[in-house]
Amino acid sequence: MLVSLLGIPIFTVLLMLQLAIVSRLPLLQGTADLLMLFVIGWALHERVKHAWQWALIGGIMVSLVSATPFFAPLAAYLITTGIGRLLQRQVWQTPILAMLLLTVLGTLIYHGITFVALFFNGTTLPVQESISLVTLPSTLLNLIFALPIFVIVNDLAHWVYPVEVIYSET
Amino acid sequence: MKTSGSGFWQTATLLLVGVGLVLFALSGYMTPLFGSVLSPLVNIQEWLATRYIAVYEFVTVPRDVATLRARNQQLEQEVTNLQSQIIELQQQLREAQVLYALLDFARSNPQGGQYVAAAVVGKDPNPFLKYIFIDRGSDDGLRRGMPVITNQGLVGQVDAVTATAARVRLITDPSSVVNVRIEPHRSEAQLVGSVTGDLTVEMVSQDAPLQAGDLVLTSGLGGTFPSDLLIGQVISVRKQSNELFQSGAVQPVVDFSTLQAVLVITNFRPVDFSPLIPPTSP
Repeated sequence: MLVSLLGIPIFTVLLMLQLAIVSRLPLLQGTADLLMLFVIGWALHERVKHAWQWALIGGIMVSLVSATPFFAPLAAYLITTGIGRLLQRQVWQTPILAMLLLTVLGTLIYHGITFVALFFNGTTLPVQESISLVTLPSTLLNLIFALPIFVIVNDLAHWVYPVEVIYSET
Repeated sequence: MKTSGSGFWQTATLLLVGVGLVLFALSGYMTPLFGSVLSPLVNIQEWLATRYIAVYEFVTVPRDVATLRARNQQLEQEVTNLQSQIIELQQQLREAQVLYALLDFARSNPQGGQYVAAAVVGKDPNPFLKYIFIDRGSDDGLRRGMPVITNQGLVGQVDAVTATAARVRLITDPSSVVNVRIEPHRSEAQLVGSVTGDLTVEMVSQDAPLQAGDLVLTSGLGGTFPSDLLIGQVISVRKQSNELFQSGAVQPVVDFSTLQAVLVITNFRPVDFSPLIPPTSP
């Protein structure tokens, strides 16, 4: 429970960084998504046991702040976490490659859900421009940010879930 | 007797020679001679003085280096402090310039609106959307739907409000539609945003003489925004004879990428048409 609650201050800090700095550093029209990268890194780590809770916290926080339809970030983060946990069980030997792969997938999923949600809200976005000016640059930026986030998440996971050492007297 | 007499003459001769030399020296006849004699002496003295100073410096330099290093470090620290102060003051100056510009606008606005100045503190994390966050909320009198401007022109509209912050939808957002009037021919049109942040005037009548350089202002139609707020200038026109309307690209007067502070017009409430819409029959 305490580990789940630890996600609140961490995602609060990440959200502040995202709103104040990262969202203001666009490449064409695309921006990186620190919270999604953190959710991905957390889901892929073998020691992590509260990936779903943290994805829920991150998704709700972004949904509350962003003008995106409420369920879109939440659904994207949960789906990404699901794929991440699946990958973590299958290809856990290469977590960095899984991180990069899931970064691309997560960005596409998030943007796809946003695209559909905005469409049903009455805002039709041009597909070609959206992909070339928003999604692809965002994917590139996310890939750039993925490695440092992966290292930070790795350190945090080792701190939150320390290795249990059992001494035997025999 | 002979000895004492020769001693007297020797003394007298020496005195005469001495007096003569003094007289010669006083009269200036000895100057070349003194010059040629003193010149090597002065050179020797100079050589000695130089060597003495070199030895003195060699002996005293280590202490001076330590002192100078400490002083240098102290001065570098002061330079660093002053540079940081300069950066901070420049930042404050920029903020003050923005606020002064907003204040001038608020004072000179003939409509006499009530304004609340707010700083831009963030941008929406979703790259498809063009929203900003400001540091004023319902505690400062902000309500949903209030227009947001700068001293240059229209920025957007308050979309959501909390006690201490608000979210503003920019006119560049893909879902934004603003009723506008194009001057000087007073044509009515709609200004729409896009995912790229570009602005376009659409629904312009084919009869309207739309051309580059025309000014785009809010028309006030629909009651969403007050009238006569400057938005931008038409930079290109797209007109085809087989279409019902013509359109044009608009260059906004506000630079949305560097927004730092905005004004919220608090005495303007958008018109709510929902009571006038007849309920749909089951």
